[in-house]
Formats: sequence, structure tokens, C-alpha cells
Amino acid sequence: MDMNIPYTVEERPDTGLYNGKLGVWLFLASEVMLFGALFSAYIILRSGSVEWPHGELSIPFGTANTFILIGSSVTMVMAWASLKLNQWSRHKLFLGLTLLLSAAFLVNKYFEYSEHLSKGEGPWHSTFFGLYWTLTGLHGLHILGGMTVMLYLLGPGAKLHKTNPEQFTNRVEVTGLYWHFVDLVWIFLFPILYLL
Amino acid sequence: MDNVATHGSAHGHAHDHHEHHELGFWRKYVFSVDHKVIGIQYAITALCFLLFGFSLMMMMRWQLAYPGAPIPLIGNLFGPDKAPGGVMLPEFYNMLGAMHGTIMVFLGVVPLAVGGFGNFVMPLQIGAPDMAFPKLNMMSYWVYFCGGVTMLVSFFMPQGAAQSGWTSYPPLSVINQGGQTLWLIGMVFLITSSLLGSVNFIVTIVQLRAKGLSFMRMPFFVWAQFVTSFLLLLAFPPLEAAGVLQLMDKLAGTSFFLPSGLVVANQVVTGVTGVAEGATRAGGGNPILWQHLFWFLAHPEVYVLILPAMGIIAEVIANNTRKPLWGYRALVYAVGFLGFMSFIVWAHHMFMTGMGTTMSAFFQTTTMIISIPSVVILTALLLSLWGGSIRYTTPMLFALAFLPMFGIGGLTGLPLGLAPSDIHLHDTYYVIGHFHYVVAPGTIFALFAGIYHWFPKATGRKMNEMLGKIHFWGSFVCINTVFMPMFAQGLAGMNRRMYDGGGMYDHNKVVLGHLLGHAITPVSLNIVIGFGAWGLGLFQLPFIINFFSSIKWGKAVNQNPWEATTLEWAAPSPPGHGNFLTEPIVYRGPYEYSVPGAPSDFTPQFEPERA
Repeated sequence: MDMNIPYTVEERPDTGLYNGKLGVWLFLASEVMLFGALFSAYIILRSGSVEWPHGELSIPFGTANTFILIGSSVTMVMAWASLKLNQWSRHKLFLGLTLLLSAAFLVNKYFEYSEHLSKGEGPWHSTFFGLYWTLTGLHGLHILGGMTVMLYLLGPGAKLHKTNPEQFTNRVEVTGLYWHFVDLVWIFLFPILYLL
Repeated sequence: MDNVATHGSAHGHAHDHHEHHELGFWRKYVFSVDHKVIGIQYAITALCFLLFGFSLMMMMRWQLAYPGAPIPLIGNLFGPDKAPGGVMLPEFYNMLGAMHGTIMVFLGVVPLAVGGFGNFVMPLQIGAPDMAFPKLNMMSYWVYFCGGVTMLVSFFMPQGAAQSGWTSYPPLSVINQGGQTLWLIGMVFLITSSLLGSVNFIVTIVQLRAKGLSFMRMPFFVWAQFVTSFLLLLAFPPLEAAGVLQLMDKLAGTSFFLPSGLVVANQVVTGVTGVAEGATRAGGGNPILWQHLFWFLAHPEVYVLILPAMGIIAEVIANNTRKPLWGYRALVYAVGFLGFMSFIVWAHHMFMTGMGTTMSAFFQTTTMIISIPSVVILTALLLSLWGGSIRYTTPMLFALAFLPMFGIGGLTGLPLGLAPSDIHLHDTYYVIGHFHYVVAPGTIFALFAGIYHWFPKATGRKMNEMLGKIHFWGSFVCINTVFMPMFAQGLAGMNRRMYDGGGMYDHNKVVLGHLLGHAITPVSLNIVIGFGAWGLGLFQLPFIINFFSSIKWGKAVNQNPWEATTLEWAAPSPPGHGNFLTEPIVYRGPYEYSVPGAPSDFTPQFEPERA
């Protein structure tokens, strides 16, 4: 017997949601708690510290990365909108651009990390650098996770577009939700680590 | 309905042959995406861990009852670095203690209550064909499995398992060179598993309810799982954050939880282990931060342990009293409010940290408030018994025992929630007695009730009533022998983590002398408790025998042997892949028992209205 789970593609009338969308929103709620706890740790450690370093990180690098991520959020929306408009090649272009921008973010991060390591500013150096490495490291893992999903959607996952375009569009949509969240986390990380 | 008994027995032989199923053995029983198989996988794994975690405690109880005496029978198995000559070393005792707590909570009770019962029963009760994300469900189980293996492997590492209690307070947990790193990695697995599971549960309940099943027609068990999932979803991530921070402290040389100038064994801690060997510790961390992050999870976790249990009890009581639950709506509102409040009581575990009177006042107030919905739930369940024609089946006996046992556990918690009395009782055996009454004769009894209650649904056969009653009465007497004396020990001031059983408290005969006569001291009670614990172990044998023999030789029954009203009893026993033979439609609320004028004393949710 072939069994179908209801509302994997279409919306349930009384909730107005398909399963995947609700699932991703719930997942993001748990992510808010994860980063919320880490931000609280930052506040408690910083307010309990005798002195707090300023200007340890390169603001130009951080600013560049902020714009790169915001740009990738825009291209992510465009990738989804193109699907809605039935423009397959434009979708591929924008999803590819998103992937490229996220790779650029990580390359930037690599240069930042290696510079700090060469100066001996590893996580053990101070509470500030401990937090810097932990928070940006965890954020970087989220970027990698998002890139894996995008690679899948561009590669083997793209086949679904032929058999079930609506479900494929849903997948791109929820990937976008996740991606905007990862972007949003960086919007918080940038000021508390680079500026304040 | 009558042809179902034959269906059930036909299925009993089905697994002997590969039959005409397309799925092979591995996809059907091991890497299954069917919520029922996953639920049973969870349940059996968790039962094994419960037995294992309990065995650790039986060994600790030997050391406490007879300090320094070699462990009988198995003492020589542990080797000279853990138990030379069969005598337990303090470090080994600490490992057993830390791992007993971890295993019972994270690998035993929660996986059984949520992963096992939630997975198996909840989709059936809402009339769904499966969970919303079946593959994710399979992944949850296997991630949990990896976490369990990681925890078990840590016993065999050169430095042994974690030794810093299930709470893993720094600085001790960071400084100690035990299996703490593996403990943290195992926890990350378990947390991830819970997160995936909770997302799946909430989506399933919101999206896959059968036609006609509005939220206020859901069985209370489903409500309990719903609230529990939100607690898991939102409370576990802070522990994941804390785990990552402690892992950084252990491996990357950070000092998130290590203050400056920390002195251990007359030496200031400066060294760093892990990747940054040779660097110096920066210090400047805050050990209390861990406690905040830990208890922000671990208090809601208490409700993760108890809410599914209450859900099971509600189902069993309604079914065996043959009348509707008393105050269904009040129960639902109370469980929702309880879930919300459980996020703002965590610091009542921390009255001793010197966090200040304002904070203490706030958290003791919220703690007193959260006792209100708990009392509402317990009272509603108790009043449900009033005027019922009670069937004293084995599940009902466990459910009836749950009520006073959980009551004792809850009421003894009040002095711990108030800062002035907590300062005396903190970290004594009183605390151990309190939370074990909630979790052991409370939650675990409820889980037993659930196993006896839903066993016919999972197998098509009933468990043996005689063995079940031996199991119940034996466990009931023994478990009270274990935990009741702990209140006396704790009131006499006995610390909960004494390797020698608290010999230093032996002078304190006066406190108990008045109560119990001069022959009994807080320390000699350890012998009483020991025999209670070993007896409790013995009385699990009828259950184990019953469980396995009933799968094959239990009395074959029809699909609704308890004459129950909820949707899971509309499916065949055991239900096939996809659960229901026809799409279930819900016509009424969950507990329509003894409706005046109805042809029988139960009117199932799935039975169409008579014209």
C-alpha cells in the first residue's frame, strides 16, 4: 500500500500551512532559543568583566560580509520568486548567485580567522575571543548547512521540479526562510562583536 | 469489529516469514519510517537503558549500605582502576552517580514517554496515517541511539565516564579529566534528537488531525504531548548552547565557566588542555552562567518527564472508571499554563548561589504559582474516580498508585521552592526523595500503566494480569521502601553525594531517635533502602517475563479490548503501515463513557451518530 501524508504539498485549509513550512518555522523558533542563550551568555560575561576589548576585529571585513549576506538574502528571494513566475533559468541563476555569495562570506571569514590565529588570538586568548570564535563558528556552521541544501537544490534535488514543481517551490521557500534567519543572526553578531 | 480477532492472530505469525510485503527485514524493523515501529524501537531501547541505569544504582546502594565491602558476585568484573578487589573507588562511585542520572532522564524516561508512547500512540489518537515527517522521525531515533552509544562508550574510555553529576556543574566538570567530553558530545546528540522529534510532533498534531477532530476533542494524552513538544523545542537549545560553551572550555581552552584565580589542589588553574596545549587560561568566566543555562532546560525537563505521564494516566483512568474525565477543559488549560510557567521557575534550583533576595523572591513566587496547575491536574484526575465503576486492571492499579505517589513528590517540593526552607534541605537526601517520588513511582509507574494499556494495540495480545499484579504490588512496596526513608535522612541533614553513605552523620541519632527509636540512625537507613532497591530489581523480573512471553503467548484480543473511546482503538491490532483501514472521522469528544441512553457504556469518537 502506498501511503500519502496529507498536506506535504498543499495547504491545510484551517491552518493555511503545509507541513514543511510549519516545521521550518518551529525549527527556527528553537534556533532563536539557541542563539538567544548564546547572546545572553555574551551579556552576562561582558557585564561581569573587568575590561572589554574594543577594535580587535576588522570593521571593513565585517561590513563587507554584512552586505554580502544581505545580498544573498535578496537573491534567495529572487530565486523563489522566479519559480513562482515559472522562470526556471532565472531561478537557477539566482540560486547559484546565493551560493556564490555565501561562499564569498566564508572566504572572507577564512582570511579573518587565519589572521587572528597567526596573532595568537585563538578562543583561549580572552573571553572576548572565546565568544567571537564560538558565535561566529556556530554561525559559520549554519552557513555551511544552508549551502549544502542549496547545492542539493541545484544538483540532484532539481529533478523534483519536473515531477512536482509545487513541492520544489515549497522547498526553495523554506530554504529561504532558514537563510533569512541565518542572515538575521549575523545582523546581530556584527554589531555586538565588531562595533560595540 | 468481530473479524478483528482473527486478523490479530494472523498477524502474530506474520513476522516468522517474509510474507508478501515489499519491504525487507532491514527497512521494516530496523531503518523503518513507520511511526509505530519507531515508537517500539524507542520504547525497547529506553527500557533497556532504564534497566541499565537502575543497575548502576543498585551497585551504588551496595556501597552506601555496606561502605568498603566488596560488591558481591560482580565486584571483580570492574578491574583494579574502578573497583580493586571488588571494592568501589570513589571515582567509580561518582561515575555511577553521574551516569545514573543522565541515563534515567535523557536515555530512559524521556525517550520512553515521548519517543516511545508519543510516537506510537499520538498519531493513532489523532487519526493520522503516520507522522508528518517519517524520515525525520527515523533520524530522531538513530541520533538518539548514537547519543546512547556515546554515553555507554564513555565507561570504557581510559579515564572512565563523566563524574560530575548529571548537572555537570563547572568548574568541577571542566577541571575533571573524566569522560565529561564524551558526555557533552552525547548530550548534543540527544538534544538534536529531541529537537527533530519535537518539530515532528507539533507539526503532526497541528496538521494531521483527522476530520472532525478539533483541538478540544483531542484526547488529553495528545494535549500533554503537544505541550511537552513545545517544552523540548524551546528549552533544549539553551542547554545545547551551554554544552557547546562547556565543550569549548574543555577542548579549545576558553574560560566561559572558569573564574580568574581558580585554585584547585592548592594550585591556581592556568593550564589549557585540548587544541591549545601550552596556552594560559584567560579566566574571567562565570560558573553560575552554566547553572542558569542548565536549569533553563532542566526545569522544563521536569515537566517533559511528568506531562506525558499525566497524559497516560488520564487515558487509563477515563477508560477504567467508565466515565468522562472530570474537568477536561480545566485539564487542558492547566497543562498549557503549566508549560508556560515552567520557563520562568528555573532559578529555584539556585537559591544557594547567592543570587540575591530579589531574584529569590521572584523565583519562589513563580514556583508557588506553578504548583496551582499541577494541583488542578491531580485534583481533576482524582475527582474522575468519584462514582466510577472502577475496573481494577493492571494499568489501572499503576494509575491509581500514580496519584498519591505524584502527590507526595509534588507536595514535598513546596519546601524546596521556598528559599528559607531550601537552604536547609538543599543537596540533601530530601531532594533525592522528592524528585524520585515525582519521577520513579510517579512517571515510571505511569509508563508501566501505559505499557500494559497499549500492549494489546501494539501486539494484538494482552499481557498477563497475574504477573502484572505481582509486578505492581512488589514494585509499589519496594519503591516506597527506597524513597520514604530518604526524607528522614535529608531532614537529618545528610548530604546527597556521600560516597561512604554519610558516616559522618552517624552521631546525629537524636533527630531520628525521637521518631523511630534509638536503634535507627540516618546511616543505618541506608541498609533498609538498599534492600528496597534490590527487591525492586527482583520485582521487575515478572514484568520482563510477562513482556516477552505475552508477545507470543499472550491472550489474543480484538482491536478494542478495553472498550475504549479514542481513535487508536479504531485501527487493527497491530495497525498496518498507514494505520487505518478506512479514513477515520471524529464525531464527538474523547471520553464519552456511560452516556445515558447509549447502547453500551462507551461511545467511541469514531462511531457515527445514530439516526
